[in-house]
Amino acid sequence: MRAEYILKLLEKDERLDGRKLDEFRKIVIEENPFQRAEGSARVKIGKTEVIVGVKMDFSEPYPDAPNSGVLRTEAELTPLAHPDFLPGPPDEDATEIARVIDRGIRESETVNLEKLCITEGEKVWCIYMDFYPINHDGNLIDAGTIASLVALKNTKIPSIDEKGKINREELKENLQINHHPITITIGKVNGKFILDPTFEEEQVLESRLSITVTEEDKIVAMQKMGSGTLTDDDIDAMIDIAVKKSKEIRELILNGTKEVKQKVKADKSRKG
Amino acid sequence: MMKTDEKLIIDGKRLDGRKPDELREIEMKVGVIPNADGSSMVRFGKTIAIAAVYGPRKLFPKHLQESETGVVQFKYDMATFSVDERKRPGPSRREIEISKVARLAVEPALFLEKYPKATVDIFVEILQADGSTRVTSINAASLALADAGVPMRDLVVALSGGKIDDTLILDLCGKEDNYSDADVPVAFMPNKKEITLLQMDGRLKPEEVKEIIRNILHAGKKVYEKQVEALKKKYSE
Repeated sequence: MRAEYILKLLEKDERLDGRKLDEFRKIVIEENPFQRAEGSARVKIGKTEVIVGVKMDFSEPYPDAPNSGVLRTEAELTPLAHPDFLPGPPDEDATEIARVIDRGIRESETVNLEKLCITEGEKVWCIYMDFYPINHDGNLIDAGTIASLVALKNTKIPSIDEKGKINREELKENLQINHHPITITIGKVNGKFILDPTFEEEQVLESRLSITVTEEDKIVAMQKMGSGTLTDDDIDAMIDIAVKKSKEIRELILNGTKEVKQKVKADKSRKG
Repeated sequence: MMKTDEKLIIDGKRLDGRKPDELREIEMKVGVIPNADGSSMVRFGKTIAIAAVYGPRKLFPKHLQESETGVVQFKYDMATFSVDERKRPGPSRREIEISKVARLAVEPALFLEKYPKATVDIFVEILQADGSTRVTSINAASLALADAGVPMRDLVVALSGGKIDDTLILDLCGKEDNYSDADVPVAFMPNKKEITLLQMDGRLKPEEVKEIIRNILHAGKKVYEKQVEALKKKYSE
């Protein structure tokens, strides 16, 4: 059995693809691959590929926040990305993924929603952030937060014409991004912690803890997943791992993009 | 998290007069729904949850059955009148997520491998919401499972923690829930010292997260005692 082999390797701190336990697969980021979206991103982590598209529309504000824009995050686990994904409305897994990604972006106040008020109490901008895995080979949430962040950073707010209608031909200012939250999901099995698990590795994990950390090392969201349990010492160790690793991933995304983008261009030319 | 100019802690006292680490008045009862195999009512201050357990019973439709193990189905639902503005009936995204994490919070306490093809169904209804409804639901589910006589490794205790006005607190009420700097719900098996649910949103230093979790594990003993008391009472009456 493949699962038993994965566990056997982990005993020796080894993994199927030769990575260290705390090592991510290669991350490739493509900024704004789609023109119809107000902002978009494609993120690959190894064979996992996800897309986030941002659309902006008018909406009514929430009654308890009359001068704040609205952020909505949804995930569609379409059957094209994995044989286990079934057609139909978002199930509890899709709902959970969307809400965990949403919480990291929202609680870190990455987007200043108060800047998105058009008429107080009546009309505000709603940012629809939609997450589509294209190929699921594990670690969708970490990939999803990166893609969300990159998509938001590339989002331009459409202009409003004299009649008060949205003019998407003329994109005005950039959406203002205040923070760079990164989600690190730590998997636990047989007392070992692993990062960036593949789909196969995820199947043997007892539990996972997603931790979203800002550039100020503040924790803004956490979610325990899986049916295994954790001790308080586990959680302490996982928090320390997430704080450390989030810096490395953030640095890669913000400053390592050159190499990353070149790779994407090469991909494009291959496709002709 | 929303912001408010209102002070949530004045002279070391919270809005409802509690100290930072003080829990609200807790009331727990079992056997409140005669039709169910097990049931409970749990109240933390003004937050009221009732839970019913049916099963282990055969799972239908058949294609959902697992040949090697039983499954848990957990439905967390808020009554339309449980909040200020009427909640639309039907599961919201929030309720779908809570149902999932609450299911995973109680599952480790059960011996599901003993019930192949069966389900343990847990239904929780929030009748009145004043913060910390998911942890209240988990306490109610734990009690209802025990009341149903479903064998358990341990009871599951749940409690929320957080931070307001630079102070770490326990058992958030609704207003604190809305305006806190962070909300950390935790569920755990107190005798086994294993955490089965952990979520967090807000903004905290890593050390604060660790401290809140330890505070919850400590204060959770009181919640555990209340659960045991409610179960004992059933047999003494």
